[in-house]
Amino acid sequence: MDLIDVRRLQKSYETGEVQTGVLHGISFTIKKGEFVSIMGPSGSGKSTLLHILGFLDRPTKGEYYFDGQQAGAYTSQESAKIRNNRIGFVFQSFNLLPRISVLENVKLPLLYSDVPENEWDARAARAVEEVGLSHRMHFQPSQLSGGERQRVAIARALINDPDVIFADEPTGNLDSKSGTQVLELIDDLHNNGHTVILVTHETYTAEYADRVITLKDGLLESDRKIERRNHGGLLK
Amino acid sequence: MTTLLLIKTSLNALSSNKGRSALTILGIVIGVAAIVLIMSLGAGAQTVITSQLGGLGADLVVVRPGRQPTGPSDFAQTLFANSLKARDVGLLKQKTNVPDLIAAVPALVVPGSVTYGSYTSHPEVLGWSAQFMGDVFGVFPEQGEFFTQADIDAKASVVVIGSGVAEDLFGFNDPIGKNVKIGDRNFRVVGVLPSKGQVSLFDLNKLAIIPYTSAQTYLLGIDYYHEVMVRASSPGAVPRMVEDITLTLRAAHRITDPAKDDFFVVTQQGIVEQVQTILSALTAFLTMVVAISLVVGGIGVMNIMLVSVTERTREIGLRKAVGATDSDILRQFLIEAIFLTVAGGIAGVLIGSSLGFLLTLALGSVLGIEWTFTFPYVGALLAVGVSMLVGLVFGIYPARQASRKNPIEALRYE
Repeated sequence: MDLIDVRRLQKSYETGEVQTGVLHGISFTIKKGEFVSIMGPSGSGKSTLLHILGFLDRPTKGEYYFDGQQAGAYTSQESAKIRNNRIGFVFQSFNLLPRISVLENVKLPLLYSDVPENEWDARAARAVEEVGLSHRMHFQPSQLSGGERQRVAIARALINDPDVIFADEPTGNLDSKSGTQVLELIDDLHNNGHTVILVTHETYTAEYADRVITLKDGLLESDRKIERRNHGGLLK
Repeated sequence: MTTLLLIKTSLNALSSNKGRSALTILGIVIGVAAIVLIMSLGAGAQTVITSQLGGLGADLVVVRPGRQPTGPSDFAQTLFANSLKARDVGLLKQKTNVPDLIAAVPALVVPGSVTYGSYTSHPEVLGWSAQFMGDVFGVFPEQGEFFTQADIDAKASVVVIGSGVAEDLFGFNDPIGKNVKIGDRNFRVVGVLPSKGQVSLFDLNKLAIIPYTSAQTYLLGIDYYHEVMVRASSPGAVPRMVEDITLTLRAAHRITDPAKDDFFVVTQQGIVEQVQTILSALTAFLTMVVAISLVVGGIGVMNIMLVSVTERTREIGLRKAVGATDSDILRQFLIEAIFLTVAGGIAGVLIGSSLGFLLTLALGSVLGIEWTFTFPYVGALLAVGVSMLVGLVFGIYPARQASRKNPIEALRYE
């Protein structure tokens, strides 16, 4: 079954009396286990699309089926639940909470989940280990490098074992070396069976995916499979 | 998210900004401290006054002319009421009228000072029977003696003075037999009271007692009394005696409607109750005034919470993105606000009661009275409860603002 199925998706914003269209009818499907890049120049609507797919926003028109369920039917509380245990987010600007440790940051989604409290520490520690930061467990975000921060954010996205990971320009604030490390980590997640949707405007980043969807002016410009290149994974 | 976790999260947020948290609750701390202080002093004062009034003597009642005062204008008319005269006292003394009465003594308040040569003293000058002081309060002259019933009957110009008055006028010289001036008239000093300070309602040191007949005739020029003190055979007989006095005086004044009584009887019990009523009302009034400061404190908390919500916009966005519901966010910020105000309330109770304790010690030693500290349990509980309420009321708006933030906008916020 398709994990994500969008049909004629439209989104427009109203500012006073002016209506600005961002998405003008987009349709595609994504299967479980796929690694899809969404590309396009700025203003093409890729972030808006990601927000709708990630249950952070709702479409103005059109339908979105997530795992066979019509997303428009969910209440805001049910949307929060889905964001909590079926979706993981990785943001360009990391969005870690200052003044609390790496471990506490990774734990954050568990606070809003049904996972019993006595399992939190072990689970968070395992997630931190998976991204190779066990030695930074009790550091504060301000003591970490950019690449390390993004890896903490990935650990946080992984903690509830989500169906899909959304990464919004995850390398945008990183130098190329740590950017590559982060991408290879994401690639590893995909290889371990996670569905990954990566928003980017850099071609070399997009090519980690096995499929690239390109948007232009709120419309789907192209949707192509690409030959899987062989990357040396970080954690192999 | 469980409440316990919310509390932990809130504590983390608050302790990461300790200085500001402390300043935020300052208004609440001061308000609650003031309430607790007022309540503890009020309770202490009530105990003190009650025990002081207890010294009036449980077997003593005072008959006053005029209507029972219920407001300021009634107090004024009491001063000028002239319904109690010698004939009334005569009727009260008849065994057939008031069988439980063992003594009835008129009293008058004489304005003015006492002088001796170029020296002046400002005691309370009473037209009274000095002997009554000995009978009721067991106070007898240190030097000389009290004037007698014969002096009263003869309207003698004699006076018994307090030790403070004696010191003012005569220094270390012997005052007995000297003539002092009250108003325009000379009075011969026959006795000096011991320096016992406060006894019942009187400051013995600052007292001058002359025969009530002399006060009426020479100084005031009136034929009525300001009050009549009546002593019962026993404290238990007081209610019955009050009843008898009332009936006797009504008959004498030809009053049929009790609402038109031109006199009233004050008992120790009555005074204590009245004073307690006044003190409670005063305490309640002050507490209400101070309670307004809690509202001001609450507005301060609301302000800082609003600032905090804006500062933490990204945090709110992130929490929502990882699964926090609107109500999770609302509760988190609400609990932060309540935590702040309750902490302020508890700090206020501690500060207020410490101040109350210190003030009690100071007042006790300055006034030389036994003033015990009372911890206002009810007030403290109430104050903390009200603080919680203030947090709830003034926290709800910032918390709603936080919970309504759009996660996308919140995450973009710089």
